[in-house]
Amino acid sequence: MDVAIIGIGLHPFGRNPQRSGLEQGEVAVRAALADAGCQWQDVQIAFGGSTDAGNADALTNHLGQTGIPFINVANGCATGGSALLAAASAIRSGQADVALAVGFDKHDHGAFKVDPQDWGLPQWYGELGLCLTTQFFAMKIQRYMHEFGISEHSLAQVAAKNFSNGWLNPNAWRRGMRALTYGDVLDSPMVSYPLRKYMFCSPAEGGAALVLCRSDKARQFQRRPVQLKSAVIQSKRAGAFDVFSPYLVVDSVPSASQVASRLAFEEAGLGPEDIDVAQLQDTESGAEIMHMAENGFCDHGEQEKWLAEGRTELGGRLPVNTDGGCLANGEPIGASGLRQVVEICTQLRGEAGERQVPNQPKVGYTHVYGAPGLAGVSILQV
Amino acid sequence: MADQVPIAEGLFTWPDESPALIGGQCSACGWVSFPMKPGCARCGAEHVEARQLPREGILWSWTIQGFRPKTPPYTPPESALTDHGEEKFEPFGVGYIQLAKDIIVEAHLTESDPERLQIGMAMELIVFPYRRNEQGNWLMSYAFQPQAGSQGEGAQWM
Repeated sequence: MDVAIIGIGLHPFGRNPQRSGLEQGEVAVRAALADAGCQWQDVQIAFGGSTDAGNADALTNHLGQTGIPFINVANGCATGGSALLAAASAIRSGQADVALAVGFDKHDHGAFKVDPQDWGLPQWYGELGLCLTTQFFAMKIQRYMHEFGISEHSLAQVAAKNFSNGWLNPNAWRRGMRALTYGDVLDSPMVSYPLRKYMFCSPAEGGAALVLCRSDKARQFQRRPVQLKSAVIQSKRAGAFDVFSPYLVVDSVPSASQVASRLAFEEAGLGPEDIDVAQLQDTESGAEIMHMAENGFCDHGEQEKWLAEGRTELGGRLPVNTDGGCLANGEPIGASGLRQVVEICTQLRGEAGERQVPNQPKVGYTHVYGAPGLAGVSILQV
Repeated sequence: MADQVPIAEGLFTWPDESPALIGGQCSACGWVSFPMKPGCARCGAEHVEARQLPREGILWSWTIQGFRPKTPPYTPPESALTDHGEEKFEPFGVGYIQLAKDIIVEAHLTESDPERLQIGMAMELIVFPYRRNEQGNWLMSYAFQPQAGSQGEGAQWM
C-alpha cells in the first residue's frame, strides 16, 4: 500500500509566549487538516509527541475526542520522524486510510537539560559536565575537520546560508530584524571550540503536522499529494560516534544516519543523484557538512568544493535546508523533524514563494539526527 | 584530614599509586566498553569482565566547554569556587583519548587553552580531587593531561 502526504501544517517557530506548546501543536494540526481538505473526524489513527510540552494525545481535548487510537511518541529529535514512520506503517498495514503525525515543543532558554539516567548513563557523567549534546557536535566536527580538511570558513558559510534562507521563510524564527551574516557568525562568541554561538541552533518552540493517506485515495482530498517513497528510523550501533558516548571504538562503525540513508534509498529505489532538494539535520553548521557525506550526497572532504561552488544554495544543484534549517528555525525537539518534511512538501508542490527552488523539483529528502544517536530519513516525490 | 573517595565505584582503580580506568570486556564476544556495566552493547551477552585500560594514550578529538552546564546534573568543581564560596565558571577541556587499539574514552582534560591542544598529542591519566561532598570528603575524578613535551604522535601502536 503506497502512502501519500495530503496535508501539511506548521505553527511558526521561535518564541511564542502567548501559546503553550500543545496549543502550537493544535494550530499545526488544524492547518494540516485544512490543507488536506479534510476534517479531524476523517483521521483514523494519530501519532505524535513533544519532549517538554506535554502529551500529544491531549490534543483531542481541543480537536475532538473521537476515540481513535492516538499514540504518544517520545523519541528525542527523531520524535517527528518516528511519528511519520508509525503513521505510514499504519496505512501500509491497512489499519487506517487517513493518519496524522504531529510534533510540537516549547523549551527553556539555553542548552537542553539532560538527566543522564534517562539515557542509561551514570550520574557522574552528568555531574562532571559531560552530558551535553553541544560537546559531542564540537568533538565530532573537530575530528572531521582534522581528517578531511574542512575549514572554519565552511562552518560559517553554512550558517550564513541557512540564516539567509530563513530570512525568506515567513515561518522561521527571525533573529532581530535582519538575517545573520557570515561576519556575524564568525564574530559570535565561542561556545564549544571550534563552534561559535551562531553556528549552533537554539532550543525553541513550534509545531508541525502531516496528514497521511493511502495513495489511491489521496486525490479525494488533495489535488497535489506528495508520495512518501520511504521512511526509515535507525538507532545507534555499538561503538558508533554518536551523542552521549562515554567511549568509542577505533574501527569506525557506520552512524545511524549512514545506515538510515542507505536503507531509505533502497526502499525508494532511488539514489542520491535523483534528489532535487534536501533537508539535512543542522543542529550546528558542521553537522550539515558531515551529513552531506553521511547521506551519500558527496564524498568525505568534498564539501569544501560543494560549498565553494554554491551547490547547496537555493539555486544550486542540491539546495539544502531551504527553509533555514534548525539554525534559522530553532529546535523544538518534537516538531523539528516534521518541519523538514513540511518544507520538502512545500518545495515539491512549488509553493515555497521567495525561497522556491527553481526547475520544479520532483524528489526531496529529509534527514533528522539526535540524541542518543537516532536518525530518521524520508524520501518524497511528486 | 578529609577522606578521598572516588566519584563512582568501579570507575577507576582506587586507592592506587598509578590508577587506571576500568573498562568492561564481554566474556562472549570480547567487545571492550567504558565505563564497565553489565550487558554487552554489541552482542547483548550479560556477563562483562573488568579490564584495566592503559593509562596513556593520544588525543583523538577535543573541545572546550565554554558555558556552564545546567544543574542538575552538573556539579561544579572546587576550583570554580571563590574564597567566599561563590561559583565562578571557568571553561574546561573535554576530549576523547585513544587508549589502545580498540577503545577511545571520553574525559575531562587538564588543559583548557585551545592553543595547547592538538589531535595526536600524547596524554596520560590523572586522578584528582574534584569537589567536596556533603560529608566534607573529596570526590576523586579522572582527567587526562598532556604528557610533558608532547607535540604530536605519542604512542607506538599508532
